[in-house]
Amino acid sequence: MAEKTTDSSASAAGTKQAADVEMSQYVADRERVNEDKIKQDDKIISEFGEYSYGWHDSDAAGEAAKKGISEEVVREISADKHEPQWMLDYRLAGYKAFLDKPMPDWGVDLKGFNAQDFKYYVKPLDKQAKSWDDLPPDIKNTYDRLGIPEAEKKRLVSGVAAQYESEVIYNSIREDLKAQGVIFLDTDAAVQQYPDLVKKYFTTVVPVDDNKFAGLNTAAWSGGSFVYVPKGVHVEIPLQAYFRINTPAMGQFERTLIIADEGSYVHYVEGCTAPIYSQDSLHAAVVEIVVEKNARVRYTTVQNWSNNVYNLVTQRAYVKEGGTMEWVDGNIGSKATMKYPACILAGPYAKAETMSIGFAGKGQYQDTGAKMIHLAPHTSSTIVAKSISKDAGRSAYRGLVKIVKGAEGAHSSVVCDALLVDDYSRSDTYPHVDVREDDVTMAHEATVSKVSEDQLFYLMSRGIEEKEAMGMIVRGFVEPISKLLPMEYALELNRLVELQMEGSVG
Amino acid sequence: MQHTLEIKDLHAAVETKEGRKEILKGVNLTVHSGETHAIMGPNGSGKSTLAYTLAGHPKYEVESGQALLDGEDLLKMKPDERAKAGLFLAMQYPVEVPGVSMTNFLRTAKTEVDGKAPAIRSWVKDLQGSMKKLRMDPKFAQRSVNEGFSGGEKKRAEVLQLELLKPKFAILDETDSGLDVDALRIVSEGVNRAKEDNDFGILMVTHYTRILRYIKPDIVHVFADGRFIKTGGPELADELEETGYDQYLPEGSDSESALA
Ligand SMILES: Nc1ncnc2c1ncn2[C@@H]1O[C@H](COP(=O)(O)OP(=O)(O)O)[C@@H](O)[C@H]1O
Ligand SMILES: [Mg+2]
Repeated sequence: MAEKTTDSSASAAGTKQAADVEMSQYVADRERVNEDKIKQDDKIISEFGEYSYGWHDSDAAGEAAKKGISEEVVREISADKHEPQWMLDYRLAGYKAFLDKPMPDWGVDLKGFNAQDFKYYVKPLDKQAKSWDDLPPDIKNTYDRLGIPEAEKKRLVSGVAAQYESEVIYNSIREDLKAQGVIFLDTDAAVQQYPDLVKKYFTTVVPVDDNKFAGLNTAAWSGGSFVYVPKGVHVEIPLQAYFRINTPAMGQFERTLIIADEGSYVHYVEGCTAPIYSQDSLHAAVVEIVVEKNARVRYTTVQNWSNNVYNLVTQRAYVKEGGTMEWVDGNIGSKATMKYPACILAGPYAKAETMSIGFAGKGQYQDTGAKMIHLAPHTSSTIVAKSISKDAGRSAYRGLVKIVKGAEGAHSSVVCDALLVDDYSRSDTYPHVDVREDDVTMAHEATVSKVSEDQLFYLMSRGIEEKEAMGMIVRGFVEPISKLLPMEYALELNRLVELQMEGSVG
Repeated sequence: MQHTLEIKDLHAAVETKEGRKEILKGVNLTVHSGETHAIMGPNGSGKSTLAYTLAGHPKYEVESGQALLDGEDLLKMKPDERAKAGLFLAMQYPVEVPGVSMTNFLRTAKTEVDGKAPAIRSWVKDLQGSMKKLRMDPKFAQRSVNEGFSGGEKKRAEVLQLELLKPKFAILDETDSGLDVDALRIVSEGVNRAKEDNDFGILMVTHYTRILRYIKPDIVHVFADGRFIKTGGPELADELEETGYDQYLPEGSDSESALA
């Protein structure tokens, strides 16, 4: 095991050159990371090869809930939430769009999917808890195991939203941010408390009839976050949302709306887990983001649904002049994911990035990608999509870059890297490009590689065991994405990827 | 401590598109600690194959023979076990590993080879010192393993590993090729430094004689068509300088006499 770091600068006699000092600090930092990693590895080995979020709590609310969707169910949800008429109207329009729109005949296999198989509204508590201790012991225990209250206590987050089934059962925001006018609420509460703001933006980024599942979400939505960051306010530490499904055959339809007013900044991080069941569950969220002039929003997902969850999510941002939108997307779990975070670059010099990593293991299909719509001059977009497939898992990059006439000086760059760990897995790329303007610069690069024998041999010839060598190569592949994540999530992502990689060397 | 590397009648083959091809056709060699053996021979004669086979690259299949390090059979070990047993191969074409930083890689390797993590203070000092002497920019420590390194930088990074990992036997596969005069000197000095510190045995594979000006061989071998065909003292290198490899090539082969 590694030795403890002592004073690493004491060794030099006399004056050191600046570069040396920098170097020694750097090396010392890396040592620490390395030691963390070694500790982590021990933890990984002790948790060997299991999905570690597969437990479930007792479940009276879930058992009582009925399955299936109908206009009546939609009306019931709205009535139970005491919603204004305009919101019910949106729901009904969403339901109609859901019925009218065809099932996608591309992407993941949805043949076994039946919308009537899911529970649409499961309300675990009568009202939101004011503190973690107010929660039923089972549920509180679940969040303790996920480490959420602790992160809040350590102030690693600016605010927490915990959604359990259909409801946000706990929501908090730091007082100082609240005092600056930052709003961070569950969307249901926002409809009651800020109806004008919600009405102003709701469905403006993702229209009611955008696609079948956006329609279904609009009809049945419950929970999700409403975030408003006033002009010039920078929320330096992330807002953290945690989505948990507990009951079997659950349909979770959170609806998130984030508005970053001029010159503001916010980073929203969501994590997702569920128990392992033989029945499938459905997660069909809609996320709408408005990035006002010169504002910047980063939205990070580390999705680790159990392998019985359909994850069919619509995420889109509308970016105004000089604004920046960043989607960081880790898709590790789920049975099937279809998710293509989109940015509409509506004002000049708007910028967008999508950085994603998908992991497709046994029985998994990750159909993910990005859409960048350039509507204004000098807009730029970057897509970096990485995937790892193993044990006959399938992953696909599906992307669209659209540049309209008049978007002069637009720039787009797309890099897709697929890593196949064995001969049975599969990776496909579907890059669509629609460019109507001449004065643009575009770059596209796609690689599919296998973990190479030469790389493994090189590391092994330096004394590194095969399993660790494979882990290093895969971590290295993921590194450009994991370094963008908050520390805990970066460690989590590495850990998840390594768990998934267990048994791939043999 | 005195160590011995013995290669006995080693035959190895590789699977090619045209079928199985035997490349090593009975290699015999004994190297002791402190000795420097130059292995010279024409391109394609199997020098790299010998190096890879000793280090355990999965592409090369041993058909018969032995390779013993202090009596232990290397050929039964996985590549990492061979490294732990004290074998090091500086590769002709070092491999890029994106996203894995040099420091992380070096420290992991050092920890594995030694069986324990190096004491932080001396490790940082050793790493910095070796990099400095090899005229490597400290920034290299942060870069991914070999990624985007020039040919010469890759070779320096190999010698850096040699210095840090302190093996019992080092195989240098054309560590001199692709280097300009200054780089050749720096790299050679690195090898000599490492040898002074650790007194390991060296198998120095080279196509050209110029590196022998910096790293003095005790024994020179000519390797052609999968085996050693001649062994002599340093004077054999001078002779090769004069005559080239023509005489050692099978009839009808292209001549490859470009000796620097
Ligand atoms: N991985 C391989 N696949 C196919 N042929 C190989 C492979 N490695 C080596 N060879 C062949 O074996 C012979 C010896 O190659 P090599 O050992 O690289 O020679 P040297 O290092 O002496 O130039 C050559 O004919 C080469 O083409
Ligand atoms: Mg060679």
